Amino acid sequence: MSFLDKAALKIVGTRPIRPDGVDKVTGRANFGADMVMPGMLWGRIKRSPHAHARILGIKFEKALALPGVKAVTCGADFPEVTPERAHVGAAPANLRDLSRNVIARGKVLYEGHAVAAVAATSQAIAEQALDLIEVEYEVLPHVMDIEAAMADGAPLLHDDIFTAGVEPKPTKPSNVSKVVRFAIGDVEAGFREADIVIERRYTTKPVHQGYIEPHACLVSVAADGQCTIFSSSQGQFMVRAYTSRIVGADIADIRAIPAEIGGGFGGKTIVYLEPLAYMLSKKSGRPVKMVMSREEVFRATGPAPGAIVEVKLGAKKDGHITAAQSILKYQAGAFQGSPVQQGCICGLAVYDFPNALTIGYDVLCNRPKVAAYRAPGAPIGSFGVESCMDELADALNIEPLKLREINGAKDGTKATHGVTWVNIGYQKTLEAARASEHLKAPLGPNQGRGIASGYWHNAGGESSAACHVNEDGTITVTEGHPDIGGSRASMAMMVAEVLGVPFENVRPVVGDTTSIGFSASTGGSRVTFAGGMAVTQAAQKVVEVLKQRAAVIWDISPDAVEWKDGKAYPAGPNAGAFEPLDLATIGNRAARTGGPISAEVQINAQGQGPGFATHICDVEVDRETGFVKILRYTAIQDVGRAIHPSYVEGQMQGGVTQGIGWALNEEYIYDKDGCLENPGFLDYRIPVASDMPMIDTIMVEVPNPRHPFGARGVGEVPLVPPMAAVANAIFAATGLRLRDLPMSPPKIRAAVDAEEPPRLAAE
Amino acid sequence: MSKHHVTTNINGEPVEFLCEAQQTMLDVLRDELHLTGSKEGCGSGDCGACSVILDGKVVCSCLMLGVEAEGRKVITIEGIAQGDKLHPVQQKFLEHAALQCGFCTPGLIVAAKALLDENLNPTEEETRYWLAGNLCRCTGYDKVIRAVLDAAAVMRGEPGASVST
Amino acid sequence: MPRVSYTAPATVDEAVKALAGAAGLAKVLSGGTDLLVQLKSGRLAPELIVDMKRIPEMIGIREEGEFFVIGAATPGVMLSAHERLEHAFPGIVEGVDLIGSTQIQGRASIAGNLCNASPAADSVPPVIAARATAVIAGPNGRREVAVEAIVIGPGRTSLAKGEFVVEFKVPKPKPRQCDAYLRFIPRTEMDIAVVGCAVNVTLDAGGTCIDARVVLGAVAPTQLIVDEAAQALIGHKLDADTLAKLDLAAQRACKPITDKRGTIEYRIKIAGVLARRAAAIAFERAAARA
Repeated sequence: MSFLDKAALKIVGTRPIRPDGVDKVTGRANFGADMVMPGMLWGRIKRSPHAHARILGIKFEKALALPGVKAVTCGADFPEVTPERAHVGAAPANLRDLSRNVIARGKVLYEGHAVAAVAATSQAIAEQALDLIEVEYEVLPHVMDIEAAMADGAPLLHDDIFTAGVEPKPTKPSNVSKVVRFAIGDVEAGFREADIVIERRYTTKPVHQGYIEPHACLVSVAADGQCTIFSSSQGQFMVRAYTSRIVGADIADIRAIPAEIGGGFGGKTIVYLEPLAYMLSKKSGRPVKMVMSREEVFRATGPAPGAIVEVKLGAKKDGHITAAQSILKYQAGAFQGSPVQQGCICGLAVYDFPNALTIGYDVLCNRPKVAAYRAPGAPIGSFGVESCMDELADALNIEPLKLREINGAKDGTKATHGVTWVNIGYQKTLEAARASEHLKAPLGPNQGRGIASGYWHNAGGESSAACHVNEDGTITVTEGHPDIGGSRASMAMMVAEVLGVPFENVRPVVGDTTSIGFSASTGGSRVTFAGGMAVTQAAQKVVEVLKQRAAVIWDISPDAVEWKDGKAYPAGPNAGAFEPLDLATIGNRAARTGGPISAEVQINAQGQGPGFATHICDVEVDRETGFVKILRYTAIQDVGRAIHPSYVEGQMQGGVTQGIGWALNEEYIYDKDGCLENPGFLDYRIPVASDMPMIDTIMVEVPNPRHPFGARGVGEVPLVPPMAAVANAIFAATGLRLRDLPMSPPKIRAAVDAEEPPRLAAE
Repeated sequence: MSKHHVTTNINGEPVEFLCEAQQTMLDVLRDELHLTGSKEGCGSGDCGACSVILDGKVVCSCLMLGVEAEGRKVITIEGIAQGDKLHPVQQKFLEHAALQCGFCTPGLIVAAKALLDENLNPTEEETRYWLAGNLCRCTGYDKVIRAVLDAAAVMRGEPGASVST
Repeated sequence: MPRVSYTAPATVDEAVKALAGAAGLAKVLSGGTDLLVQLKSGRLAPELIVDMKRIPEMIGIREEGEFFVIGAATPGVMLSAHERLEHAFPGIVEGVDLIGSTQIQGRASIAGNLCNASPAADSVPPVIAARATAVIAGPNGRREVAVEAIVIGPGRTSLAKGEFVVEFKVPKPKPRQCDAYLRFIPRTEMDIAVVGCAVNVTLDAGGTCIDARVVLGAVAPTQLIVDEAAQALIGHKLDADTLAKLDLAAQRACKPITDKRGTIEYRIKIAGVLARRAAAIAFERAAARA
C-alpha cells in the first residue's frame, strides 16, 4: 500500500486538533516535575564553583547530621565505565564521558559540574544540606576558548585524549580530540581556476537550547533493585539505557516512563539527573525527585558549541564556484564530541562544488559538555558558508539568490561528503523563493533583505509501534517516542488514513519502556519519518488481520476481502454478497474470530529524505543604537509531505525564531575565572513575542519515496539558515558585514563607527 | 516558626492552606495544593510559565509569597475552563496549533485571558507586548498570536478565523 | 529559600514598629519582584518581611493641591491606568511601564524600583526629572527628601534602619511642561536598561526651553542629574546645534561600567542618542500643550 498520491488522502494533510491538546491547554498534562510519590524525598546537586580543579576530598558529615537529610552521593558511589564499555547499542553517547559528566570523578571540568548530591525530606532542607557538604579543591588553570585550548602549553582537560584522525598518531595528549576531513575533487586546482577568491573568518558563541522546562525526574528504586523512572526526556529508552550503565543496573530492572516533555531541541537526548536520583533512592530506600533550577540548566546542560569557521570560496566571473573550503573548530566543552563533523558536511552540502575540502577540529575546553541542538553543528558551519556566499555574490556583483541558483545541488550532484543526491528539493526551494511575494516587496531606508539556505540529513533508525483494535472498534496506537511538538497527532493521522477511520477514533499513546518495543530517541527529525513508518506498518498489519476476521465471519478466503474506508467488503462479485463489516462489528466479534486484534512492528527505518531550506529575511537597522528589527521573514522548506501542516509550519516558525535569537542576542558570557555570568532568562536573551513578526512559511513538497506517505524530517533544518539570513540582511541594509555572532547592538554600532567615526565626548 | 494559615479563594472556591512565609505562591499551588498546571520555568519572573490572575491582574506566582494570597482571589490555568467548556483562548490554541511542547501554554493562556478580560480588541502589537513576559521556545509566537487574536474575535461575537483543513 | 518571618501591618505606624522591632535584617515587601528573586538566590537572607500592601495610604494615587501623591506600594498597572497622571507626566508612566513584563507590572512599585537601588531602574529617572520628593517614615517620625537623595550606590540607600518610603509627591506640571523617558535594551522587552534617559522640559510660548532636567540611568553608580545637559537645552529651541550639545553633555556625564549588559564605550554613545531622542519627544509634548 502506498499513500504517495496526495489527491487520494483524506486525513493526512488536514489540520485536526491534537489528541493531547486539551490536557495541555487546561494544565492537566504531567511534565517532568509534576509527579509525586508517597514518601518522596527531594534531591539537590552540589556543583563546582571552579572551571577546572582537582577534587581533594568531599566530607558529608555535617550534611548527614542535618535532620531530614536521608542520603548523599558522589562519584565514588558510581561504577567505573571502562572505555570498552563506553558505548551501548547504537546510542551515540560515550557512556564513560557521560558518567563523568553526570558526576565528577577526580577533577571538575567546568563551573557547574556536579560533585555530589543529597536527598532530604524537603527542598529547603536539601538546599541547606548543600552548603554543609564540604568539598576541598585544588584549583587548576582553565582554558575557555578554542585557539587558547589548541595552543601548545594549554591547560589539558584530559591526559588520555590523543588527537584522533591525524597521522602519525600523536604521542602527546591534546585538547583536540579529533580532526575530521572530507574532500571532493582537487581544491587547490579549483582555486587556481577561479577569477576571484575570497577568504573570511566567522565566529560564534555557545548558545543554549533554551527549553522552558528545566530537567526533572522522579526515581524510585526498590530493595530488589527494580526501579521506576518518571522523567522528561527525548527518549525513555535512552534514559533506561544510560541510567542502567551509569549506575550499574540491569536494563530489565528499569521501567522508564516518559513524562510530557517541555521542550528539548536535542538538549534532552542525554541524562543529567536520573542516575543521581537513582543512587539517592537506592541509598535512602525512598523515591527521590530532582528538578533543576534555571540557573543549573544554564550552568550544566546544553549548550551548542561556540566555534570558529573559516571559509574560502573561489568562483568564475559568471558565478560558477570552482572551489570551496571550510575549516571548522568547535568547542566540545569538557568532554569530546562536538558536532563539528555535521558542521563540515552540512555547510557544503547545499551546493554542487566540483572541488571542495572541509576540515573540522573537536576542541576540549572548560565549559559544559555540548549537547545536541536542532541540526547539531549545521547552523554554525552554514552561518559561515552562507555568509561567505553572500560576500562572494557581492564581490561578483551577482544577486545572492542567483548565485545559489547557479551553484545549488540537484539530483545527481555528488556532495563533498560523498553522497549523491536523489529526490532532493533544494532547487524547488529556490524556485519558491524566486516566485515569492516577499522577494518583490519594496524596502525602506535602513532596511535590507537577506537570503540563506541550509541542509540537514534527518535521521531514521529504530522504532516500534503497536496498533490495537479495541472491542468497540476504536483504535489505540502505542509508540515509543516522546511527543515533543505534536507528533502524536501525525501518528494518529497516518493510522486513521491506513485504516480508513475518523481521526478521532484513533488514540495515540507514548508507551513506557515496558509497554512498547525499543525505540530510539525523539531527535534527528526522525519521529514522523521512522515512527510514522512503524505506525503505518502496524496499521497495515491490522488491516490484514481485519480482512482475515471478515473472511472468518463470511467464511470466505481472506484474499477475497477488500478493506476500504474503514470497512471490509467482498473483493468482487465472486467473493459473495455480504454487507460490509465495519471496525466496531469486527472488533466486537474478535473473541469468536480468533482473539484480540493487534499488530506490533519493530523497524530500523532507512531512507530518510534529506531536508533543504531557503529563508528570506528583512531587517531594519537603527544605526545609532545598533538595534536590528526583524521586519519580515519567510521560511521555505522541502517538507516531503506535510502530514499535519500546522505542526510542520510550527517547526519552521520555531526554528526560525531560535535562529533569530542566535543571530542577534543569545550568548554565554563568562568571567575571567570561567564562571557563567548570565545563567538566567533575564540576561540570556531569547526572543520574546514582541521581538518577532509573523513568520511566513512556504512548504515545498517533494515526497520522500522511501516513506509510505512521503514524509521527510522537518524539525531541524529551519534552524540552519537564519543566522546567515539575518547577517546578509544587515549587510543589505547597511553595507556592514557582521562576522561574529551574536550581532548584538554594541557590535553593530561599533561596525557603524568603524566606517564613520562618531563625534566622541572627549572631542 | 509556625506556619501561616492562609484563607483565600482559588478558581472560585474557598481554599485554606498552611505555608511557611518564604514559600512562593507557585510552590503552594504545586506542592501543597497539587495544582501543577502552573509551571516553574525560571523562578525569577522572566518566563511567565507560572502566570496566575490575582485579583484580576496577571502576575508571576513565583514572585508572590503564598501568605500574600490571604483574602485574595486567585485564578490558575485549572480555573480557566468552565467545567467541560473550554475558554475561547484554549479552544483557539488547539485550533491554531499554538502549542508544541505545551509547557509554556498554561502561562500563555492565563496571560492571554487576562488581556482579553481588559481589552477585547487588542492589536497584534499590543498582544505581542502583553505576552512578552511569556517565553515560548517552540512556536516562534506566530500561531500563539493568531490564536489570541482569533479568540478575541470570537469573544467579540465575530465568526473568527477558520483554520484551513 | 531560607526561613523568614512575615507580617502585613495595616498602618504605617505598625510597619514602623515591626521594622524597628526586628533583631536581624528586615526587608520591606511591596511588589516583591526584586525581593523574591534576591531571597531565592540567597543574596538576601532577612529575618523579617514586612508586607506594605495592606496599608491603605501606601496604595493608590491621589491629587493634593499642586501635587500628585503616589503611594509607595502602588503597582505599575495602577499608575499606567491613571489618566490624569499619564497626561501630566507621560515620561513617568513610560518609565514605570518599562519595568518588566505585564506580570511584573501587576506587582512592581516605584518605591521598590527605587529602593532596590539599581542604577538601571526605569521608573527612577523620570521621577527625579519631575523633581519629585519622597516621604519617609521611620522610628523618628516622617521626613521628606528629594528622590535623588535616596539611592547612594548600587544596592545602597540613604534610608536609616527602620525607615521606608511611604509615598512620592510629584509637583504638577507648569504650563508647557512635559517629559519623556527612553531606555535602550537589546530586545524589545524584558531586559534591564543598558541606558535610560528622562528629559523633563518647560517651554515658553515661543517654544524656547525655560527649564529642564535631564536624568540618565545605568551609566553611573546612581541615576545622574546632568546639569550640563539641561543647560544645553535652556534658552534654546530644539535645533540641530542644541541637540548636538545635549548629546555631548550627556556623553560627558557618563561614568559607566562594562558588564554583561553593555560596555563603557557603548553606554556612553547610547546616552547621547537617547538624550537627543527623549528631548525631541519631551519638546514635542510640551509644545503641544501651548
